[in-house]
This record gives sequence, structure tokens and C-alpha cells, in this order.
Amino acid sequence: MAERSRLELIGRRLLSAVPSVFGVVLVTFVLTRALPGDPAVYFAGMMADEASIAEVRQRLGLDRSWVEQFFAYVWNLLQGDLGRSLMTGRPVLTELAERLPASLELTFVALLFAIGVAVPLGVLAATRPDSWVDHLCRVVVTAGVSLPTFFTGLFLVYIFYFLLGWSPSPLGRLDFLYFPPPHVTGFYTIDSLLAGDFETFRAALNQLALPALTLGLFSLAPIARMTRASMLQTLSADFVRTARAMGLAGSTVLWTYAFRNALLPVITTLGMVFSFMLGANVLVERVFSWPGVGSFAVDALVASDYAAVQGFVLTMALLFVLVNLTIDIIYTLIDPRVGVEG
Amino acid sequence: MERRLFLKGGLAAAGGAGILPFLKHLPAHAQGRGDTLVVVTGFGPNSMDIMRVGANRPAYQLSINLYDQLINFAVVEQPDGTYAYDRDTLVPELAESWEIADDGMSVTFFLRKEAKFWDGTPVTAEDVKWSFDRAVLIGGFATVQMRAGALEKPEQFEVVDEHTFRVHYLKPSKLTLPNLAVPTAVVFNSKLVKAQATAADPWASDYTHTTPAGSGAFKLERWDSGQQTVYIRNDDWTQGPLPGVRRVIIREVPSAATRRALLERGDAQFSIELPPKDAAEMQAAGRVKVAGHPVGCCQYHVGMNLKFPPFDNVLVRRAVAHAIPYEDIYNLAAFQRGVPLWGGESATPAEAVWPQPAPFRTDYDRARELLAEAGLPNGFETTLSINLGLADWQEPTALLVQEGLARVGIRTTIDKIPGANWRTRALIEKDLPLHLENFGGWLDFPDYYFFWVLQTDRLFNSFNYSNPEIDALTDSVLHLPVDHPDYEPTVKKMIEIVWQDVPMAPLYQPYLDMGMSQNVEGYAYFFHRLLDARRLSFA
Repeated sequence: MAERSRLELIGRRLLSAVPSVFGVVLVTFVLTRALPGDPAVYFAGMMADEASIAEVRQRLGLDRSWVEQFFAYVWNLLQGDLGRSLMTGRPVLTELAERLPASLELTFVALLFAIGVAVPLGVLAATRPDSWVDHLCRVVVTAGVSLPTFFTGLFLVYIFYFLLGWSPSPLGRLDFLYFPPPHVTGFYTIDSLLAGDFETFRAALNQLALPALTLGLFSLAPIARMTRASMLQTLSADFVRTARAMGLAGSTVLWTYAFRNALLPVITTLGMVFSFMLGANVLVERVFSWPGVGSFAVDALVASDYAAVQGFVLTMALLFVLVNLTIDIIYTLIDPRVGVEG
Repeated sequence: MERRLFLKGGLAAAGGAGILPFLKHLPAHAQGRGDTLVVVTGFGPNSMDIMRVGANRPAYQLSINLYDQLINFAVVEQPDGTYAYDRDTLVPELAESWEIADDGMSVTFFLRKEAKFWDGTPVTAEDVKWSFDRAVLIGGFATVQMRAGALEKPEQFEVVDEHTFRVHYLKPSKLTLPNLAVPTAVVFNSKLVKAQATAADPWASDYTHTTPAGSGAFKLERWDSGQQTVYIRNDDWTQGPLPGVRRVIIREVPSAATRRALLERGDAQFSIELPPKDAAEMQAAGRVKVAGHPVGCCQYHVGMNLKFPPFDNVLVRRAVAHAIPYEDIYNLAAFQRGVPLWGGESATPAEAVWPQPAPFRTDYDRARELLAEAGLPNGFETTLSINLGLADWQEPTALLVQEGLARVGIRTTIDKIPGANWRTRALIEKDLPLHLENFGGWLDFPDYYFFWVLQTDRLFNSFNYSNPEIDALTDSVLHLPVDHPDYEPTVKKMIEIVWQDVPMAPLYQPYLDMGMSQNVEGYAYFFHRLLDARRLSFA
């Protein structure tokens, strides 16, 4: 029964995403066309004259009406063709398939780090409000969120790479001494483990450390603050007082009763933080030469590369849908009240 | 260190390129020691084929290193000990010699008989003709560049025999031969490429887009779009001395600060195009070598659009040229990485060179006088547009220009235009009243600059400047040899006229700065502003 209602929930969620995805397709199409740049002029090259610009425009199909272009775009989309990026000259799908895992891997590791630091910090701060732990928590998260990521990134590079030499060169996902592991998931750490290549695994992890730290520091604040607030609330709730009055051990009260209940808003925040990090890691990608989707999207925007921008926004929209769906499913696992009331 | 030498399949480390697919990690000792050169750059190529429509500037670097031209420019030592190409001396590459016909209407190239493409097929005159036909017919940048040297039609290219190739001139021009020594005039393995052509893609540019087919000193080992390009030496190359490094890894590192850290730490041995601030600081610190050379046929200037009053009044334009704080711009925006182009002594040029210092200097009183004379004693308001894609130098420059103009009553608002939109606004629509612009031409002749920038309606004439005399004089010398008796006086006359008309106030001629480790040798400045890795070696 519970299993069926959960499937139903997933199905309903997916269906309800269809109109919003279509909306995203339409809006990005219109928005990219409304951008001030002219891709034909841009890609015709430095010395191009009117004739060669017209020729490029025709070759790119930009001489046709918007409506025609839109239907051609949707038709290709339905066949799984996102078009070709003018900037890199390769299919947008290939570009995204190569770059999305890079961004996801970075974001996941950063998120893990942020959770590992922020959640315990938030819990500690909540159990000892206004103590030194609470103040420390406040200082750390404020510093994390108020330092711009490119600054934190460059600062870490300067200390750990340039001065101390502990960290490998900030040259993207792998030092040039290594070749990428055989492609399975696109996550270098996982792929290298699957291939049993621990040397490459270690190298990939080393490359990940600084950018993940940079990105993680930036996202400590919402998680820690939410954990603290939510813990404070549950700790002062009636059922916790009852549990205490019944003489349950302090740790049981804290973790089993208070923490589990406090987790729900934290999970929601995590979903938001994740989506936000995925979009916001452009600057981190720049500093660490990380070949992710963020820098690809920014470059595409600068070059008015329509297909690439549309592909990026669409992928992000789909990811949002997916992340929200995952959060909902996690909810049903943690909170018995969700989804199985029947 | 030991672990990095680990080779899967138990192969010994001596095998070289052949074993690469089995090698998971490059031997650490290979790096930076006569074997592998690591280059960092801000952005990478978007194609392996320079002729493909939309190929960007980093893509030209592939042409230089992977393909051969018939001829190239010689390299000479400069007074400061660095090296640069010599516009006036051509040297053999695929052609071992060439002869200009007695009537001056054609040139015949004699190809090296031993030259081979990477797949072992000999390079023939057929290949050269096919490649040049492709360049003039494919459209886009390659076609425009060929046309600049009066190379327009396939009929101009004749196969005399297997190893003899002739170019017929439409008109004799000093630009034709130099234009065959630029990276658009490269030779493709025509049999290989033709086999990949389709009706929709007659020049097989989808194939050469990812798969180079040349005879050059380096072969492409891998191209990870957006990350790196790796060249490996072609040990069978016969068109010149073998490159001093066996493998070149070009990594894309978008952040200039990261590029600098990599170079200073020695993890990268070469950095392409340093920002002026980094170049100045790194040269002063002396840990790495900085080779700076003024970019030929290029100047940074403040452009004034004659279509927008009051810039139609030459007095106003002259006033602007006297209200610019040149010295401050040179020190604070260019970090002195350039050649000053203000404060010229005389209103008549002494030499037929371009760019050269114009007879303007910062003189606010003179500017106010000129404005009063123009009937604008209280100044006026206007917009100063800059290209965000070049914010590096344009942003600080614009602020200083704004400050200077304000002192004589010209009030400006700075309008920042995104890079993608800049070309449309500044060069196609030409609707920016006051703006910062730069142009750099490959062929370093004053008249070539005038042809692109100062003749009526030219693409880079963002000033809407039109002077029939300039048009006629430029046409009259564009194809003349520089030693022709009419050449020098005419060019001087052209420069003098432009100084009188002041469509722009020249600021400075920028440097091209390259950074490299102390042990990297052989770098030479080229007009294409990219790295010719064939010349590099480790000391």
C-alpha cells in the first residue's frame, strides 16, 4: 500500500513537471533570441564582410522566422537533439554529457563537506545557545557566506598550492600526468575506483579538495542556520519535554526524537542549496579551470550561442525537477506522515 | 614519484607515443625537461580547422603547429634580445624555393620532394591547389583573408607538375606573397579530406573540424574541448629543424591569477598573452621570463563618430584629443606595456610607419580654446562606449578618459557593451558616438591598416570617417611595393591627413606579452599573436 502510493506520488510529480519544462523551453527560446548579440556577426569572424555574415546567418538557419526556428527546435528536441554549439562546434548534448558530471561531482563533494561541517555545528549551537560554540558557528557561517567564492578560491590556491605546495596544480579535474579513467558514470572518483585505479582516484580527489572546500564554505550558512533554528524549535517542543520527563537518556532524546524531526526543513534547504550551488559554481570553475557546465553556459551566453544556452537552461530545469522529486521521496522515508496517510 | 611511473601491461617507459594508449600516467620526470612543455592559456580552440566557419583565434594555433604553409617569415633577433618575425624576409616551408615571373604576374613554387603528410602520402601541388581553392571558396574568415592578398579565384592556382605550383596574380601586389605565409594558407592532405566530403559539406569541414590532416611538425594527440589540446612531435618532419620538445600540452585555464600561479610555480612553462599588470609585475620580480613585443599594425584609440554632432566638427575632435590624460592611461591602464602614441613632435610624419606617435598631448587649456572656437565653451554631453570583453584595459582607460574630458566640460556616461554585441554596435551599425577601439592587422603595412580602418565604410571604420583623398591614396599604394618611389611620400601624406582630421585619438600600441620559465628558449613574436611551439626548446 505504502509502496503504491509512493509510486503514485512520483508519477504525479513527474506529470506536474511537464508544463513547467515546456514553459522553460519556450521562455529560454524567446529570451535567447531577445539577447542583444547577433551570433551570425559573432561567428562570421573578425574580418567578415556583409556577404559572409549573411552566408553564416543562412547556414545557421537564423534567416528563418522565430516561429519556424521554434518548431524546428522543438522537433529536434523531441528526437533528443539539442543542436550544435557554435562555440565549441560540437553537439550540445555531448558537451553537457561531458561537463555535467564534472559539475555534479564537484557539487556533491562540496555538499557532503558542507553537511559534514554545518549539521553538527548547527546541532551543537542549538544545544548550547549563546555559548562559545554558538558564536563560533555564527562567525564561521557569516564568514563563509560573505567572502566571495572567487576570493576564497584564489586565497586557498595561494596558500595551499602556491606557498605550501600541498595541493596539486589547479588545472581542472586531473593533473596532466593522469588520463581520465574509463567512462562509466563520468564521476572521476567513482570511475577510477570501478577501474581499480587507486592512483588516479587519489589524484582526482586531490584535485577536488580545494574547489569543493571553496564551494562548501560558501554554502555552510543556510544549512547550519537552518539546522540550528529547526533544532531549537524541536528541542522546545512538547514531545521532547515529555521524553526528558520520562527520563530518557539525553543522547536518545537529542538524536532520535529531536534531530530526526528537525531534519525535515534541513532536507528542504539541502535541495535548494544543491540547485543553487550547481548554478553558482561558475566562479569556482573559473578559478580552478574546472570543465563544468557553469563556465560553458557563461561562455555560451557571451557568444550568443543559442543552442548551448537553451540546452543548459533545459538541463538545469530538468535537474531541478529531479532534485525536488528526490527530496519528496526522502521525505516519505524520513517522515511517516508524508505520502502514506491513506 | 615511483607510482607515477606505473605502466599498465608492464610496458617499459621507453616506447614513446606508441604506448600512450596504455599509459595512464605520464612519467613525472618527462615534464618540463626537454620532453613535455605545458602551456596555459585563457581559452582554447573551438575547431581544429582554421577555415571552418566560426573558428576562433586559438584555433589558428592549430594551423601554425599542425599544418605547413608554402612559405613562412624569417625570425630575427631584436635589440632587447628577444626574437620576432621579419615582415620582409620569407623563408621556405613546404616550398624549397620560388620564382616570380619576369612579367611580375605570377609566382612559381617548387615543393620539397621529400615532404609527406602524416599518413605517408607525399605532399603534391594537387594538395596545395585543393587547399587554396578551399580557402577562397569556403567563405568566412579564410576567404576574406585570402582576398586581402588579392587571392580570390581558383583559376589563379595552377598545378604545373607534381612538385611545381603556380599562383597567377590578378594584379601585382606586395601583399600576395606575405599573405601566403599566414596560417590561413595551409596545405591539407587533399586525398584524405576529399574522401570525407559530402554533398552538404563539400569541403569536409566537419571532418577536419575534429581530425586534422596535415604534414606539420606536430600531430594532434588529443583534443578535449574546453580543457586541453595536446600535440605530439612528428619525427618524420622535413620542412625545418625538428621541434625541441616532443609533446606540448595546452591547458585552458580561464583565471589569469591561476595561470600566473602555475607559471610561477613552474607547473606550466609557458603562458600565452599575459594581462599587462601581470607582465609588468612578473618582469620586475624576475622569476620567469617575460617576452613583450609591440603588436604590429595595431593601436588602441579613442574613436569619435563623425555621424554624431558635435563630433562632425574637427575642432571638437581636436579638443578631445587634447583632453585625454595619455600619461595616466599608459601608466595605470597599460602598466607601461606598450608604445606611447601621443606627443609626436611634428604634424608631418618623419617616417612611413604605422602606428607612430600622433601630434597630440594632454593640454586642457588648448582643449578649452578649441571647444570655445567650435562654439561649445561649456562643453557638451555624450556617451563613451566600451567593450566588456576587453574590460581589462578599456575599463580603467574609460574612467581616465572620462576624468580628462570632464576637466574641459565634456560630460560622459560610460556605456558598457557585452562582447557579443560589440561588433554589431561598433562595427556593423557604427552607432557609438565616442568609444574605445583596437584593430590589429596580420600584414604589417601602414596602408593595410588604412584599408581596414580608415577608408570609407570599411568594417573597422567605427568613426564613419570618410575622406575621398584617403580613399584614393590608400587604393593607390595598397598593392605597391614598399620600395616604390611613390610609396613613402604617399603613406606620409595619408598619415598627415588623418592627424589633421582626427577621427581618433591614438593612445598606445599594446604589447603582446608571453610568460615562460627561465629554461624555455626560442620563442619568437609573430603577427598572429599565438604560440609557434615548433621553435621552442628547453635550455
